[in-house]
Amino acid sequence: MTNSILTLNQVSKRFGAVEALKELSLDVKQGEFLTLLGPSGCGKTTTLRIIAGLELPDSGSVTLQGKDVTNWEPNKRNVNTVFQNYALFPHMDVFHNVAYGLKLKKEKKPVIKQKVEEILNLVQLPGYEKRMPSQLSGGQRQRVAIARALVNNPSVLLLDEPLGALDLQLRRQMQTELKRLQQHLGNTFIYITHDQEEALNMSDRVGVMNAGALEQLGTPDDIYERPATPFAARFIGQSNIFDAVVTGKDGGGTLTLSYAGGTIKAKGEAQPGEVLTLSVRTERVRYEQEDRYGFQLNGIVKSHHYTGGLLRTSLLLSNGDELTVSGMGGGDNRIPTGATVSIQWDPACSIIVERRGTA
Amino acid sequence: MKPRAKIHDRRKSLSPAVIPMYLWTILFVAVPLFYILGMSFLKKAETWGVVMEFSLESYQGIFNPAYLKVFGQSLLIALLTTLITLLLGYPFAYFTARLPKKWRSIVLLLLIVPFWTNSLVRIYGWIILLQGNGVVNSALLGAGIIDTPLKLLYNIGSVLTGMVYALMPFMILSIYNSVEKMDWSVVEASRDLGAGKWKAFLTTTLPLTMPGIMAGCVLVFVPSVGLFFISDLLGGGKIMLLGNLIKNELLSAHNWPMGAALSIVMMAVTLLLIYLYKRVSGEKSLEGLL
Repeated sequence: MTNSILTLNQVSKRFGAVEALKELSLDVKQGEFLTLLGPSGCGKTTTLRIIAGLELPDSGSVTLQGKDVTNWEPNKRNVNTVFQNYALFPHMDVFHNVAYGLKLKKEKKPVIKQKVEEILNLVQLPGYEKRMPSQLSGGQRQRVAIARALVNNPSVLLLDEPLGALDLQLRRQMQTELKRLQQHLGNTFIYITHDQEEALNMSDRVGVMNAGALEQLGTPDDIYERPATPFAARFIGQSNIFDAVVTGKDGGGTLTLSYAGGTIKAKGEAQPGEVLTLSVRTERVRYEQEDRYGFQLNGIVKSHHYTGGLLRTSLLLSNGDELTVSGMGGGDNRIPTGATVSIQWDPACSIIVERRGTA
Repeated sequence: MKPRAKIHDRRKSLSPAVIPMYLWTILFVAVPLFYILGMSFLKKAETWGVVMEFSLESYQGIFNPAYLKVFGQSLLIALLTTLITLLLGYPFAYFTARLPKKWRSIVLLLLIVPFWTNSLVRIYGWIILLQGNGVVNSALLGAGIIDTPLKLLYNIGSVLTGMVYALMPFMILSIYNSVEKMDWSVVEASRDLGAGKWKAFLTTTLPLTMPGIMAGCVLVFVPSVGLFFISDLLGGGKIMLLGNLIKNELLSAHNWPMGAALSIVMMAVTLLLIYLYKRVSGEKSLEGLL
C-alpha cells in the first residue's frame, strides 16, 4: 500500500464488560474523505479516539505515515480532531483558540498571525479574531473548531459528528463547505456520523460500522446499491429484506427464486435449493401491469404514506410479509387500497446480503 | 428616553418577596457593623464602658509600632495559610474530582466528618500530637530518627499547622467544585493540538478552575486574619495575631473603642486586598462573595 496514510490493524478495545471494538482493521488512503457511519455505540468514536491517541487500544496497532504510533501520546501525533461539542477554549478568543497549536510548535508571531488570518478566511470567519467562543453561534463555533484543527496542517483530520448540533439547513451548507475545504487543502479527513445522507454526500469512501466491527467499506455507490450485509442494507436507505429459495438459474447469471408463493428473479451465483437473504431498495420495486422481468408475485395494496416528495406504499403478500414501495408522490394515479397488483423489479436490484445454506 | 426611565423604575421597586432577606441583612449585618463603626469613634471610660464623646484616639493608637507589627504578622500568617492550603488543597481537590463518582462522595464525607466536632477540641488534639512527649515526638524517638524531642509546639509553625488544618476544607471544597464542573474535552483538545500533560494543565485546567481557586483563597484568607483561638492554643500566647489583639482589647483591657477600631481597620485592609487582587486579575467570579 504505497498511498496509505493510516492503517489500523486488528484494533480491539474493551470498556469494562463492553467490547467497543472487535479486531477492527482499516486502511485510509492519502487525501481521501473517509466516513465511518453507524448507530450510536457502534464504536466509531472509540476508533477516532484511538487514532487521535486519546484512548489506547487493548490490542492491535495504529500506523500513521509508516510509523507505528499505537502508544504515542496525542500531542506527538500529526493528527488533529474536531470534537463533537467543539471543545473550544472558553477562556480564549477566536485568535488564541486557532493559534494554540501554532504557538506550541513555536512558530514566529507574524507567521502565526498570517496563518490564523488565512484559515479564518477559509472557514469564512474573517475579522472574528477578538470574539470569545460564548459570543459565537453554533455554526460559527463549528467553523472555529475546524480552523483550530486545520491550521496545524494535520496529515489526518478527525471529525467527530461535527455537524450533529446544527439545524438541517446549516448542516447541508456545512457539508458542502467541508467537502470544498477538503478538496482545496488535500488533507485526509476521517469523518464520523450516524447520518447516512451526510456520509453518502461527502465521502470518497464510507465504512459502515456495527457493534465494534466494520460491516462494509466502499464508495457511497457501493454502500447504497450493493450492501454487503443485512445490517448495511437496513441501516442505509429503505430496503425490503427477506429470505427466498433458489429454484433455478440460467446461463446469463439470472437466478429464479421462490418467495411468498410466487417467483422472483435475482442476479448472482447460487445453487438450486440454497436459501438467500435478499435486499431490494424500496424505490426499485414496481407494481405495473406489463411483465418485464418474468416475476410472478402478487400483493394487495395495504396503505399509502404520503411524505411530500415521496409516496410510500405497503403491499401485503400472501405469506404475510409486507413489501414497501416508494415512488413519486403524484396524487391522481394512486392505486386504491385493497387492489391486487403484480410486483416486479430489475433482477440486478435483488442484492444477496446473506447466504443461509440449503433448505 | 422613555423606556430607559421605565427600566430604572423597575430596578428601584422592591419585590415583597425579598423584604425578609433585607430585614435579616439589616438586623444582623448592617446594625452590628454600624454599632462597631460608631463605637470606634468613642472614648474609653476610666473604669468600664465608653464615654459618648467623638474621638480619633483609637485610630491614632493603631499606629503604635507594636500594633503595626501584629498587623504585619497577621497578614503574613494569613498569606502563608492561604498559600499552603492552596498548594496542598489543589492536588487533593483535583484528584478527588477525577475519582469515580461513588468514591468522590466518600472522600468528601471523610473530609467533612471531622468538622462535625467542636473545633476547639480538634485544636487540642494537635497539642497532644505536637507536644514534647506527644505522639509525633514519641514516634520519631522510637524510630531512632531523633535523640531529643523536637520543639514542635508554641511557635509560628504550630500556629500555621493549626490554621491550615482548620481552613483546608474551604479551599478543597471551592476548588473541587470548579474542577468537577470542568469540561474535560477541552483538555483533550489541548493535548490533541500538541500540548504535553503539564502544558495542557497550565493552559486549560488551571485558568478554567481559577474561579474556584479565587473563592477558596478568599474563604481561607479572610477568616485566617481574624481567627484567635488557634494562635492562642497552638502559639501558647507567644504569637499575637490581629484576632488575639482585638479579643484582648475587648475582653481583657476593656478598651471597646480600640477593639472596634482594630476590627474596622482589619476589615478595611482585607477588603482592600481582595479588591486589589480583583483589579489585578480582572476576576469577576468573586462578586458573589463580596
